[in-house]
Amino acid sequence: MKSIEEINEKIRKGEVVVVTAEEMIEVVKEEGVKKAAEKVDVVTTGTFGIMCSSGIYFNIGHTKPKIKLGGGTVYLNGVPAYAAYAAADVFLGATALPDDDPRNKNYPGDFPYGGAHVIEDLVSGKDIRLTAHAYGTDCYPRKFLDAYININDLNEAVLFNVRNAYQNYNVAVNASNKVIYTYLGMLKPNFGNANYSSAGQLSPLLNDPYYKTIGIGTRIFLGGGIGYIIWQGTQHNPDVSRTERGVPKEGAGTLAVIGDLKKMSPNWLRGVSVKGYGVSLAVGIGVPIPVIDEEIAFYTSVSDDEIYAPVIDYSKVYPNRESEIIDFVTYKELRDGQINIKGKKVPTNSLSSYFKAREIAETLKNWIKSGRFFLTQPSAPIPGVESGVKFKLFSGREVSQNEN
Amino acid sequence: MKTERLVLHFPKEVADKPIVVNLVRKFDLDFNILKAAITPEEEGIMVLEIRGENRSFDEGIRYLREVGVSIQPLSKDIIWLEEKCTHCGYCVNFCPTSALSMVEATKVVSFDSQKCTTCGICIEICPFKAIEFRF
Repeated sequence: MKSIEEINEKIRKGEVVVVTAEEMIEVVKEEGVKKAAEKVDVVTTGTFGIMCSSGIYFNIGHTKPKIKLGGGTVYLNGVPAYAAYAAADVFLGATALPDDDPRNKNYPGDFPYGGAHVIEDLVSGKDIRLTAHAYGTDCYPRKFLDAYININDLNEAVLFNVRNAYQNYNVAVNASNKVIYTYLGMLKPNFGNANYSSAGQLSPLLNDPYYKTIGIGTRIFLGGGIGYIIWQGTQHNPDVSRTERGVPKEGAGTLAVIGDLKKMSPNWLRGVSVKGYGVSLAVGIGVPIPVIDEEIAFYTSVSDDEIYAPVIDYSKVYPNRESEIIDFVTYKELRDGQINIKGKKVPTNSLSSYFKAREIAETLKNWIKSGRFFLTQPSAPIPGVESGVKFKLFSGREVSQNEN
Repeated sequence: MKTERLVLHFPKEVADKPIVVNLVRKFDLDFNILKAAITPEEEGIMVLEIRGENRSFDEGIRYLREVGVSIQPLSKDIIWLEEKCTHCGYCVNFCPTSALSMVEATKVVSFDSQKCTTCGICIEICPFKAIEFRF
């Protein structure tokens, strides 16, 4: 057993042994779990994928005369932001679209610019045009503001994502006879291709499947800077089917994360346009896993051939909330470029970047080895399998036509 | 024998005239149309793979230039913006000619312009807008 404090002491002394989750596979294969647990102090993970439930908030300072944005409207480069806080706070979600974007009226829509692109531009240091209308009060008389703002002139600028780093995910296919456009990309008819999005063996929560070290307060790599896990993500669903070694066989745990946007980089926060679907943000996240005992050494040695993902039809099953899983495939098969569905060889496409996931794990490793990054003891765990936390389906009472 | 993939630009004045057919009639060249379009400005754009004896090939190209067609090698037309690419590899299996491919060991995407037929599917689907058309 090693404590976080002991590991941090090793970081301070420059004696810490850090490997990436990819390297850990080899370490355990060659030396066994016991020796690996003694030798390795930290395993670094990484993922770089499209994560829609992301956003930023910031404070613009007070204009002269003052304006209360709260209750008014705010646009950033033409993209509507949320302005229902106090006078000078603004929230912008990644998927926001300009009012005049044609969406899918011209199907499939192109979605060239939205909230996530504003986030990327802001992080890049570009000026952003803020246009605000307010109703005016005695204490905040101003009713209109049209100005360029820059991240360097803002007070706080914070990335705040309510659901990131999904622990495993669906593989999307199309059983229908026409092309469909989904958040997992374009799907050709009759199982023409299979799209997936996970860093697999490098992915944070797949290396700590029962959330034994990752919890509220865990310090992480976020968007090129430093961030923290602040809660379980929305739709967190720990109690799903798992393999013998505890790895979920479908989407399970998620993370809510936060971090200083001013320290982040457009290399790790990228606006994306998903044809026919919308705008989203690609986010880079890396979580360090302290190898506190043999169990964690074992978990972090998981490899792509031991991680299964469910293949789901996105033409009918997914949109109608049906539960049919066509098959389970491993990330090894997916990454090798071809899976077998109902006897047919289907080419696979990844939407998350393994190259960048690897780069994140390497970067985090170097930060820790050079004493720039220390590990944290979580303040509280995120809900595990035994917590009873379940992702509920919609149960609202729909208003009938008669009530209208 | 010579085979080349070329981008032909037909200015408005000649866009409606039979020109390409003369490559076969007058110069005994084979061609394969990879792409053809007319822009809103009524300029015609055609991507051709042209094949024939060296001498006829050069004469055919000279003929096209004389009637006002401007010609570029195909490789200049699809631009892969490496600095924008995140190497997710999403495009790789959509690319019909494997011009876009993934280097297995490094997981890095690479682009071979010689194999590209400028079909444009990568431009349609790349979420990061890392590929552009340039005429």
